[in-house]
Amino acid sequence: MRKNPIGKDNILEVCDVTLAFGGTVAIDTFSFSVERGSICSLIGPNGAGKSSILNVVNGVYVPNAGSIKFNNQQYRRMQPLKVASMGIGRTFQHNALFGKMTVLDNVMTGLSRKALSTVPEIIFKLPRARNEASSFLRKARETISFLELNEFEAVAVENLPYGVQKRVGLARALVSEPNLLLLDEPMAGMNKEEKREMSDYITDINRKLSTTIVLIEHDISVVMELSDHVVVLDYGRKISDGDPNIVKDDPEVISAYLGVGL
Amino acid sequence: MTLFIETLLGGLLAGTMYSLVAIGFVLIFKASGVFNYSQGSLLLFSALTLVTFIEMGLSFWSAVLITLVVIVLLSILIERIVLRPLASRNVMTLFMATLGLSYVIEGAAQGLMGAEVRLLDIGIDDNAMFVGEILISQFDLVVACLAMILVVILAIMFSKTRIGISLRAVADDAAAAQSIGININRIWQIVWAVAAVVGLISGMVWGARQGVAFSLSLVVLKALPVLIIGGFTSITGAIVGGILIGASEALAETYLGPMVGGGITPWFAYVVALAFLFIRPVGLFGEYKVERV
Repeated sequence: MRKNPIGKDNILEVCDVTLAFGGTVAIDTFSFSVERGSICSLIGPNGAGKSSILNVVNGVYVPNAGSIKFNNQQYRRMQPLKVASMGIGRTFQHNALFGKMTVLDNVMTGLSRKALSTVPEIIFKLPRARNEASSFLRKARETISFLELNEFEAVAVENLPYGVQKRVGLARALVSEPNLLLLDEPMAGMNKEEKREMSDYITDINRKLSTTIVLIEHDISVVMELSDHVVVLDYGRKISDGDPNIVKDDPEVISAYLGVGL
Repeated sequence: MTLFIETLLGGLLAGTMYSLVAIGFVLIFKASGVFNYSQGSLLLFSALTLVTFIEMGLSFWSAVLITLVVIVLLSILIERIVLRPLASRNVMTLFMATLGLSYVIEGAAQGLMGAEVRLLDIGIDDNAMFVGEILISQFDLVVACLAMILVVILAIMFSKTRIGISLRAVADDAAAAQSIGININRIWQIVWAVAAVVGLISGMVWGARQGVAFSLSLVVLKALPVLIIGGFTSITGAIVGGILIGASEALAETYLGPMVGGGITPWFAYVVALAFLFIRPVGLFGEYKVERV
């Protein structure tokens, strides 16, 4: 799939998106596309507009101009609630998990977009609601096993270490089998060992579940190793886009972001 | 000693009536951060509707059923028309909206169904009965059982079902809940509907206790100290807060009353609440908000 000989099959195309908050332009006529089945990384200094891009794709922000193409459907803006049902999952920089709830319940919430049973069906425990409840439980447990969270299943999320919480966030996004997964700094605040683990999970999700992944990450060595495709932003503009090795040697990237050290 | 136990027990049971009212507040506040001041007028509205249908000659249970439908629809309508468009405004705006709403509902209820005091008979005798040497109100006992059943149903509904998980998710972080495909509007609708059912039940027991009239809508003011003690976000807190207020009111009336010439009940709950505000401002079961800076 990844090396499609006929032409690129893009799951996501962001076309000339501009986003401004008052007078501040966060993203300036920015375009990039993500090939189905690939891992694409957005990198750039703090405040370059990376999270804003995810928020536009996710429907949290409405762009001032431009459009988004998902699965060959063009949208002027994305609706937050519809995005989930279209098959776009996401994790957050600050996790945004439900702290008081257990890992299992958090993962269960991720299945909301698949729910069909109605409120009366749930209250009166009618067959469809019962079946749905048991199939949701099974799916949630599968995802929990996939990300090796079994031992934490019944623990309230707020009592877990940060690194494990990141994985719970990933499980919550992954459980509904999204086609596209947006990961906002999935390895922030992790040590080398934890980053290695998280990279392996991300690779596994990409290979085994053929989920397309767009991620934001600061650790360049991780990005270079993980990604099929890297997009570099600075001050809301794209300054480079392509194969990790080519991007790495782009003089503009080196001066803007990577610095002299690399 | 008998007097003490009798007073305490009577107070505990009577307190569950406060709990019932407080639960209605907790449900909506937890899910949407709205302190729904109109809860009292909705309670009055449902009691008045019920009395009116009974006076029209309907049997008690069919009147209850019709009232239930009316009040649930009204609540869903209020959520849709008044609160949803204001959803992103600040807490004060939402509170003012419900304050205004309470006058509209009160006015409409009394305009449509009359303002005179009416009796509501819900088929429970308000006789006292002896358990051993202790005298208890049969009415209070039934109400306490009713409150317990309601709490168990709510606990089941809001713990393990998908509705419950979604509700807690929305209460915790609405934006995150939406991004994973939880329909926040639907959750608010459900919560308003459930609060309406709770409001009807409280309207029935309060209406039966003190007659159905305008003053019924003032029971919200009695729910306030309960919420301060129990915390605004906990159903358990509403129960515990209610019976604490009930018990302390009864004990204060019996033991402190004679010293200050009686009449303690109307204000004692607020003194207790004030004390709680000094000691534990979030209430017994409330949560301290931890802000990451």
